[in-house]
Amino acid sequence: MSAKNVYYTKDHEWLKVEGDEATVGITDHAQQALGDITFVDLPKIGKVVNAHDSLLVVESVKAASDVYAPVAGTVSAVNEKLVSAPELINQSAHGDGWLCKLKLFSPAVKDLMTAEQYETFLQEN
Amino acid sequence: MVDFSGWYMPVQYDGILAEHHRTRTDVTMFDTCHMGRFRVRGPGSLEAISRLLTTDVSAIKDGQCKYGFLLREDGGILDDLITYRFNAENWMIVVNAGTCAKDRAWIQERLPVGVDFQDVSRTMAKVDVQGPHALACVGAVCGVNVAELGYFRFLTFDYGGEAIVSRTGYTGEKGVELYVDSIRIIELWNRFLAVGVKPAGLGARDTLRLEAGLPLYGHELSEEVTPVEAAMMRYVTKSSPYVGREAVMRHQAQGPAKILVGFKIEGRQSARAGQPVVVNGRQVGTVTSGSFGPTLQVVVGFASVESACSAAGTRVQVDTGRAMLEAVIVRPPFYKAV
Repeated sequence: MSAKNVYYTKDHEWLKVEGDEATVGITDHAQQALGDITFVDLPKIGKVVNAHDSLLVVESVKAASDVYAPVAGTVSAVNEKLVSAPELINQSAHGDGWLCKLKLFSPAVKDLMTAEQYETFLQEN
Repeated sequence: MVDFSGWYMPVQYDGILAEHHRTRTDVTMFDTCHMGRFRVRGPGSLEAISRLLTTDVSAIKDGQCKYGFLLREDGGILDDLITYRFNAENWMIVVNAGTCAKDRAWIQERLPVGVDFQDVSRTMAKVDVQGPHALACVGAVCGVNVAELGYFRFLTFDYGGEAIVSRTGYTGEKGVELYVDSIRIIELWNRFLAVGVKPAGLGARDTLRLEAGLPLYGHELSEEVTPVEAAMMRYVTKSSPYVGREAVMRHQAQGPAKILVGFKIEGRQSARAGQPVVVNGRQVGTVTSGSFGPTLQVVVGFASVESACSAAGTRVQVDTGRAMLEAVIVRPPFYKAV
């Protein structure tokens, strides 16, 4: 996941930007820290979020965790497979475990890290 | 790794769900050395223990063990524990880790002269081996045949010193709790690993016991509740005196204002300890434990609710703070091994 259009947040979300649409997920580091995921509270299509708003909630056996919107946008699609198979996030956090898609308000991406910067961030913390 | 009652312990080894399923279909082992173990010996032991515990120890046979409670004078539960009878003058009491020091002080203060008390929690190690293949593995590794050992019965055997194996556990599966000299535990653990037994951590221990409908001290049981409110009176049937008896009998006669119940939520979104239980917009209780059950594939848990709302089949809601989850009161256990 070191393609030029993939960005990372300090809260361990990834954002893959394609034109004015982006796919959101949590990173492999995040899924390992959470443990087995048992439920994903997917957002409604049409939900409007600003950057850093809670986008959805991911539940593991031990706790519930917020996933925050890396950028502002409207939810345009959700990964329905996660309803019956939330473990896809553990198995493939950067692939089949994608969470939702956002229609971006602005194509400009601010305050996000590249893959290299995220790797450095992980090592420093 | 987390701090569990002052012990540094693993929540998981290769994953809570994997360890949970492996326990129900195969075999796993749990490091339970953190729990407390006391030996009580000498003339007068039986009477002394009987006066302290709700357990009817005079009705237990040699080689048998029984679940019961240590109570305060006001009936509040100090701990839940298992009492092992070797003979009338030789006993072992196994308690929780977090309450070990409290229990030790309470018991020692109340034992008569002549009854010997030893805390063997550090000199004797404990490991739980649980699952459909547990008994066979224990036979292979320990050289002791437990295939015919009855539920809540135990044997002693030699493993570089006195060793004990009991048909008990905290998972709802067939299995044993093993006690060996501390200096032999690492070798024993490695021998189980060598025959393919994988370890399971605190996370699976909790999902397994919850599905099996077993209470956890500090959640379903505490000094703030009596066995009446904890719906545990089937373990409190002794008519001879014990500390807390008058309070328990009074409470039972009055009927408790609130009582422990099980609940089930169709779905995967979990209710968790501390969350309010609500009926028609009014809080009627609180969740004491809740989790997605990996075998059941639904959420199950315990709650303390007003007695008027406690009948099986009552529909309630749990307020998670993010959502109101629809639940139904059910009688545990939620799962029973085939």
